Amino acid sequence: MNRIQQKLEQDKKLLSIYFSAGFPELNDTVSILEKLEANGVDMVEIGLPFSDPLADGPTIQQSSTQALKNGMTTQILFDQLENIRERVSIPLLIMGYFNPILQYGVEAFCKKCKESGIDGLIIPDLPLAEYEAHYKDIFDKYGLMNIFLITPQTSDDRIHQIDAASKGFIYMVSSASTTGSGSAFGNEQEEYFERIHKLKLKNPCIVGFGIKDANTFSMATKRASGAIIGSGFIKMLSKDGIEGIGPFVAAIR
Amino acid sequence: MKYNADEKGYYGEFGGAYIPEMLYPNVEELRQNYLKIMAEESFQKEFNELLKEYVGRPTPLYFAKRLSEKYNTKIYLKREDLCHTGAHKVNNTIGQILMAQRLKKKRIIAETGAGQHGVATATVCALMGLECIVYMGEIDIERQAPNVARMKMLGATVVPALSGSRTLKDATNEAIRDWINNPTDTHYIIGSVVGPHPYPDMVARFQSVISKEIKSQLQEKEGRKNPDYVIACVGGGSNAAGAFYEYLDTPEVGILAVEAAGKGIDTGKSAATSVLGKMGIIHGSKTLLMQTPDGQITEPYSISAGLDYPGVGPMHAHLFKSGRGEFHSVTDDEAMKAGLELCKLEGIIPAIESSHALALFEKKQFKKEDVIVVNLSGRGDKDLNTYIEYFNL
Repeated sequence: MNRIQQKLEQDKKLLSIYFSAGFPELNDTVSILEKLEANGVDMVEIGLPFSDPLADGPTIQQSSTQALKNGMTTQILFDQLENIRERVSIPLLIMGYFNPILQYGVEAFCKKCKESGIDGLIIPDLPLAEYEAHYKDIFDKYGLMNIFLITPQTSDDRIHQIDAASKGFIYMVSSASTTGSGSAFGNEQEEYFERIHKLKLKNPCIVGFGIKDANTFSMATKRASGAIIGSGFIKMLSKDGIEGIGPFVAAIR
Repeated sequence: MKYNADEKGYYGEFGGAYIPEMLYPNVEELRQNYLKIMAEESFQKEFNELLKEYVGRPTPLYFAKRLSEKYNTKIYLKREDLCHTGAHKVNNTIGQILMAQRLKKKRIIAETGAGQHGVATATVCALMGLECIVYMGEIDIERQAPNVARMKMLGATVVPALSGSRTLKDATNEAIRDWINNPTDTHYIIGSVVGPHPYPDMVARFQSVISKEIKSQLQEKEGRKNPDYVIACVGGGSNAAGAFYEYLDTPEVGILAVEAAGKGIDTGKSAATSVLGKMGIIHGSKTLLMQTPDGQITEPYSISAGLDYPGVGPMHAHLFKSGRGEFHSVTDDEAMKAGLELCKLEGIIPAIESSHALALFEKKQFKKEDVIVVNLSGRGDKDLNTYIEYFNL
């Protein structure tokens, strides 16, 4: 059983954090991961920065751009993660756009992920059809879970299709938006969360987009298995730096 | 070898739909409906009527006598510059606005670089009374002020793209982000044969009116449907896709694509994607793309804003890779000289994009009896400032 599945078997709502690797400073990756684990975060999505992150709002665009300016590359990230499993034991995923992975070589990338102890990948612009036709065998060979997204506009049929193809969890995008749009959760979200809950999917759902504090975390996890905070965490990092991680996590739950 | 899109939107190994799930319902709705809608009699009737009465089609296939004499060959110019709004772009926006209406969309978004596609989109939105939002890089807004004013006069809202390099690629990112945030009532009118399937195929089909007309016009003038060569400039590649379309499976017609070399291929200031690009993903399509070894998309350069794009449409990537198309690149200087030459020899001021296609006559020797069609994709009014500065007029 992979670390993601083990974590999901625990009887608690998972708090997962996303950050852009190489931000605020190039070599912050390992210390951010250690701090997150030490403060009780359950899972981390390590963002592989990209020049054109088209599903992201301004906050993650800026942290990606800054990370690239700091010199972050795919190879540097793997170098930083080389001994990460001696230091951090919570599940780790890499979240990034497909082009840098394609240039590194999909197989070489997956092999490196396995060697570093990465448990899964979230690649927003690699949709189900392209993944299954061209890349699934490679992901499977290296034991990597590929996490798919669903949104309030995803039809029930397609959700079932995605559920069947998923391992680990489903990334449930809370609203029709890019990341960090920051609108509060309303009736629309509650209905959506309820609708997904009633579909009785085989995979647990973890909610992302629009979660930034204790209130949104608790609303998102009423029906789901956990929630992911990205832009809100990056805003805090920009302001308070790594020292702000403890208080930030403590305030969520 | 097949040169059109297959049912999954692949041209050989290029194409597909590499989109985030948030865009899936919109793109899928379009994919399921575009061919069906385009085949409807009422659609065809309205499309063809608007092209005739509103755009001014068919555009002439003009025999350029003095240009032909100079290069000792037979040159015809397909006069897309005479279309309403000044370029071929409007062929596609007419088609897509009719598509959007049939899909019951209320709100139109578009990206634009130089502003030609933005103007063509604002125009059809005014025509149909639909809300129009055009994303344009902040830097392009500064250097293309007249087109920004045109869009505003036509009732469009022009939103500056402030991310990344603040040019065409970033305007496209912002338009895609808008579509993610407005998933039900909005249609995205992409301006070129780029983006996720079905866009490259749909836009190519709307632009294919160019080569359909060339065929019948050439029959009338030369007693043959097929020229020896068709020449077009390629940025994203919509005018080229339209000019090549009817000839893709006719190997005796040479396909000549001209890219912008900018200041020179090796100067770091170029947009010659077929030379400098590698396979990658941009704006939802797998295609040739200018990028760093690490897969970050790089900023292209050309004096012509319409060719200033780091990728090419997947059809063109396939034409290049398969050898069906012969790709050339032309520098800023060569294009500007060719543009001025057309002014002096034929009394036509071409868009700088189209001047790149014309510059090929200095680089490639044709036979005296060759019949060549150059797609004159746009007129040069929008480029006057660039011409003035370049030639100190």
